[in-house]
Amino acid sequence: MSDHSIKDVLFGPIATNNPIALQILGICSALAVTTSMQLSLVMGVAVAFVCGMSNLLISTIRSQIPSSIRIIVQMTIIASLVIVVDQILRAYAYEMSKQLSVFVGLIITNCIVMGRAEAFAMQNKPAISFVDGVGNGLGYLVLLIAVAFFRELFGAGKLFGVEILATVNDGGWYVPNGLLLLPPSAFFIIGLIIWALRGWKKDQVEAEEYKISAHTVKEAF
Amino acid sequence: MEHYLSLFVKAVFIENMALAFFLGMCTFLAISKKIEAAVGLGVAVIVVLAITVPVNNLIYTNLLREGALAWAGYPEVDLSFLGLLTYIGVIAALVQILEMVLDKYFQDLYNALGVFLPLITVNCAIMGASLFMVERDYNFGESVVYGLGAGVGWALAIVALAGIREKLKYSDVPDGLRGLGITFITVGLMSLGFMSFSGISL
Repeated sequence: MSDHSIKDVLFGPIATNNPIALQILGICSALAVTTSMQLSLVMGVAVAFVCGMSNLLISTIRSQIPSSIRIIVQMTIIASLVIVVDQILRAYAYEMSKQLSVFVGLIITNCIVMGRAEAFAMQNKPAISFVDGVGNGLGYLVLLIAVAFFRELFGAGKLFGVEILATVNDGGWYVPNGLLLLPPSAFFIIGLIIWALRGWKKDQVEAEEYKISAHTVKEAF
Repeated sequence: MEHYLSLFVKAVFIENMALAFFLGMCTFLAISKKIEAAVGLGVAVIVVLAITVPVNNLIYTNLLREGALAWAGYPEVDLSFLGLLTYIGVIAALVQILEMVLDKYFQDLYNALGVFLPLITVNCAIMGASLFMVERDYNFGESVVYGLGAGVGWALAIVALAGIREKLKYSDVPDGLRGLGITFITVGLMSLGFMSFSGISL
């Protein structure tokens, strides 16, 4: 299929078809690692790598995979790639991998990777599948960074570990908002980002399940 | 005994899989529109977690851990890097077996849970529980309790969310926030509520 232009496939997932905000994929790990920009960056890059490579590999062998066992084949390929990422992180960025703890392993069950393999790589040529994987990884990365920006800046007064707002504890003026470092804030921020995104792109707004009709009966005053 | 009870309470409330670690979020948000579906999925998750965590624990302690192969005459072999691949394989296989057993012997249960079982393979809560079990070095008994607790906690969270969403659909939500957006905010508030359990210790 050549009706996908590379630009659309690469940049579409960032705003128009964001995996997290629109497709409800890959939310699990997105929330847990967003307390710092650095972790989110590493996580996002790891997911983009795994997603791109798995799409490439699965697409290459797509006509050889019997459809009854395709899930397990995809799973094995993805798991092997994640093991590679995990080992690399352990070897070269041990501190980072300690902080990410189980969430590197959880890239395996990240629905974005699986979802793209199933929905795109099984039907398309290797090169464009690779681009699609990287594009979705980038969409994930952008949303992660956006959430992490708010959480780290207002929760700890830092960005990438560098102090931006001098906190009270260090003799500055900013009283950090501790809530932003706790789990619930991630939900609020993503909810608000989705709101902002849908305010910008109206076509993403979901249909109403119930329409509240105007009040017609006169009250008995 | 007290130790196990405390572990159970911790797994259900304090370290709730869905609300404190964000695991299993995708299915959590996708299948929480109706209470019946949420209950079915919740039960399926409890069953699968209670089986897979102990099984993965056995595999880890007897095959993968550094020095675990000493009984076979290879005391210096460390296969723990194969962990990720093994756990997901075990989970996928067990879910498949469970589906077949239910289909054969418990037709009613199969009809109720059937559609949810394949979804569970890619549910991060299942994989996450196995990884936490390895990271925290639980023994066999602890992993049984932890698996069960984590499942109960997740089921509790999804049923509660489904209850809220069933009511929420009648409310007048701002356009952009409708659907996914308001669900995120709701889950955030639930998560805030669950955080108040964090002081409990038995």
